[in-house]
Amino acid sequence: MAALTIAAGTGNWFSALALGVTLLKCLLIPTYYSTDFEVHRNWLAITHSLPISQWYYEATSEWTLDYPPFFAWFEYILSHVAKYFDQEMLNVHNLNYSSSRTLLFQRFSVIFTDILFVYAVHECCKCIGGKKVGKELTEKPKFILSVLLLWNFGLLIVDHIHFQYNGFLFGLMLLSIARLFQKRHMEGAFLFAVLLHFKHIYLYVAPAYGVYLLRSYCFTANKSDGSIRWNSFSFVRVISLGLVVFLVSALSLGPFLALNQLPQVFSRLFPFKRGLCHAYWAPNFWALYNALDKVLSVIGLKLKFLDPNKIPKASMTSGLVQQFQHTVLPSVTPLATLICTLIAILPSIFCLWFKPQGPRGFLRCLILCALSSFMFGWHVHEKAILLAILPMSLLSVGKAGDASVFLILTTTGHYSLFPLLFTAPERKNLFLIGWKLSTYLAWGLWKSAVNLYSLSPPGS
Amino acid sequence: MEKWYLMTIVVLIGLTVRWTVSLNSYSGAGKPPMFGDYEAQRHWQEITFNLPVKQWYFNSSDNNLQYWGLDYPPLTAYHSLLCAYVAKFINADWIALHTSRGYESQAHKLFMRSTVLIADLLIYIPAVVLYCCCLKEISTKKKIANVLCILLYPGLILIDYGHFQYNSVSLGFALWGVLGVSCDWDLLGSLAFCLAINYKQMELYHSLPFFCFLLGKCFKKGLKGKGFVLLVKLACTVVASFILCWLPFFTEREQTLQVLRRLFPVDRGLFEDKVANIWCSFNVLLKIKDILPRHIQLIMRPVCLVLSDIPFMSTWFLLVSTFSMLPLLLKDELLMPSVVTTMAFFIACVTFFSIFEKTSEEELQLKSFSISVRKYLPCFTFLSRIIQYLFLISVITMVLLTLMTVTLDPPQKLPDLFSVLVCFVSCLNFLFFLVYFNIIIMWDSQNGRNQKKIS
Repeated sequence: MAALTIAAGTGNWFSALALGVTLLKCLLIPTYYSTDFEVHRNWLAITHSLPISQWYYEATSEWTLDYPPFFAWFEYILSHVAKYFDQEMLNVHNLNYSSSRTLLFQRFSVIFTDILFVYAVHECCKCIGGKKVGKELTEKPKFILSVLLLWNFGLLIVDHIHFQYNGFLFGLMLLSIARLFQKRHMEGAFLFAVLLHFKHIYLYVAPAYGVYLLRSYCFTANKSDGSIRWNSFSFVRVISLGLVVFLVSALSLGPFLALNQLPQVFSRLFPFKRGLCHAYWAPNFWALYNALDKVLSVIGLKLKFLDPNKIPKASMTSGLVQQFQHTVLPSVTPLATLICTLIAILPSIFCLWFKPQGPRGFLRCLILCALSSFMFGWHVHEKAILLAILPMSLLSVGKAGDASVFLILTTTGHYSLFPLLFTAPERKNLFLIGWKLSTYLAWGLWKSAVNLYSLSPPGS
Repeated sequence: MEKWYLMTIVVLIGLTVRWTVSLNSYSGAGKPPMFGDYEAQRHWQEITFNLPVKQWYFNSSDNNLQYWGLDYPPLTAYHSLLCAYVAKFINADWIALHTSRGYESQAHKLFMRSTVLIADLLIYIPAVVLYCCCLKEISTKKKIANVLCILLYPGLILIDYGHFQYNSVSLGFALWGVLGVSCDWDLLGSLAFCLAINYKQMELYHSLPFFCFLLGKCFKKGLKGKGFVLLVKLACTVVASFILCWLPFFTEREQTLQVLRRLFPVDRGLFEDKVANIWCSFNVLLKIKDILPRHIQLIMRPVCLVLSDIPFMSTWFLLVSTFSMLPLLLKDELLMPSVVTTMAFFIACVTFFSIFEKTSEEELQLKSFSISVRKYLPCFTFLSRIIQYLFLISVITMVLLTLMTVTLDPPQKLPDLFSVLVCFVSCLNFLFFLVYFNIIIMWDSQNGRNQKKIS
């Protein structure tokens, strides 16, 4: 209570926001959770009860370990706290075990690890300046950003309802972005390297990091027209960056290299057998592609161009994770998706290399990389849209143009997360209220941002 | 920033909190044969839908009054009937006569919770918003903050959306009544208040001040002219609204009497649960009669309304009022939502009203009182300090008692020890507030606005 008094006494709205959303997360404890809950319980059990050599081989449960080693170590540490809540959850054979204490522990672990996210948001707020300091608290960019990030609705429902640990991971990402804004490039690189070894989905945005660090950190100076000055290349910086990445990777993958398990680990991390689309389609290009294929096959059957016997029975929308052949249009391979993704990110990478615009340019490139990978990637989860939405929040409080794009992105992005809560109508209602809340919030904040920045020059 | 946009966000936050609390358990969940208030409300839908009006309040083979017989006035019955029609449309099994007893399912829970939400949204929440918008002499931001804090009051949320009741309907109507008479729409105000009484007879607790205030208005206007006209109009409005609600029951004297017997069961005893009033505290010695714990709602609402005037004391009072319901909330397995909503409410009040900076004598509206006391005791300058310490002690006691109730088992010889302790502590706090509010009324009687709000 003393802490509350102090925080409140200094009129600290940031603490109030952080505390408020934490309390909301506590209220979400009894909500529906998905199979991801069992996934993480299983990983707690695996890392606690089995030696390292077994971690990536264990397959009693269908939810095998498919995140990089740092996350496995994270679960290992958590499991040592878990044993005080309920020892039974750490038994590998207790499939689908979900006692009330297990639920409480898991939920609280997500809420607790979000501290890193809160800290990262605090650091991000320091990075954005306010051109005009409005008198109203609700018009200050820092306030707007804090609300957009701390109360991000997508993160709330993915982490605290559906159940995942994205909070602290996005905390790491935002922190690394903040460090790059603060010109602490080595720290930023280090944090990103660590993040990659927690969850490899962040590979989506690795090109942005790579190109930016190479161009704006390893080349220490530019010519007067902004183009690259080749003789300012700093070997020291390149080597130190390389060393950081190498050391982090060694720490992560080293033990498995020693055990000759690297191929197994990689096969777990990159399961290409899972099919082009996730069970519930992420609204990306391939979803449209599949839909088109379906429509064409129906038309083809009706017009008797196709032979019904040759059409595969399995449906892409059945909610199963499996490989599938297209009927009319050419089938898509992982390589094809990779090429499409690379083509999509080329423009932004080019801009980042040839016309660097500092950290803001990097952020823009990062968002574009995330969106491109979302649109063209192989087996993309709909949750991946958060990779674009969260960094975009940082841009949206800077310019009115970005704010309007952000409004569209966040509304559709959050709407696309709807299927994650499909099981109980109850949760649907909650989702609707919360989604309306977040949309309204975003709209209102956009309006205030427009008011505030309508006079700012473009291209800041 | 536009007012309405912020107000909408605040209302949405209130709705979100309500909905998340409703995901928890309800009174009597999975506890046959009697279950709890949730089953009572479902049963009333069953009775009002399947039986003719004349049988609603009477004991019969189809309507066993011992099993959650109707004991609220007719408006509740009509509301149940309305809900029953909707229920019939969705799933007739929910209200099938006799066979639906103890019916529990996820879909049914969703339906019941939705009825509470809709009633809240239609009646209580607009009243709160309008009330705060009509407050004078405070800024727009404070008005919106007021709405947030009132909507976040844990007691009402936990009882309506946790335990399961429809207090928001009667409290909402009563609030419309207050609004009406404050804005000089006396007829509408009294109509609304009559509806409140006809929904839950507990609102009678508020009827005396309401009546006195309106009578006072009539006197002010002069009983020989406009005042008399107003009095007649008010009387007609009240009578008309009562007749409208009770029409089916006025056809026979026995009907009316039976309803009255159900509404005022003076033979039920003074306690239905361990309750934080004087009688409970004395019961250890005296064993006297009862009042229900949820009646605290009636006191909390007027206190909510003065949140912006006396933020420190109001917040304190509202915290104690939630605490006083702890035994009931624990029985319904609502510990987590109780703790969370209480903390949220507290943080909201502290953030928006800076309550800890408003503990001076003037802010507590005790200036006139302490000046009077200082005439006899010149050294009485530490009132504000005393109150701050009392607050600290009160909060610490409440937290400790909560922890004890949750973690420890009571001794075998005294199984209700913790419940009684909670009652006792709450009662002490309430007595303090009773004294405090009376002091304010008596010493600040020049300030007409206070009288109107606190009454």
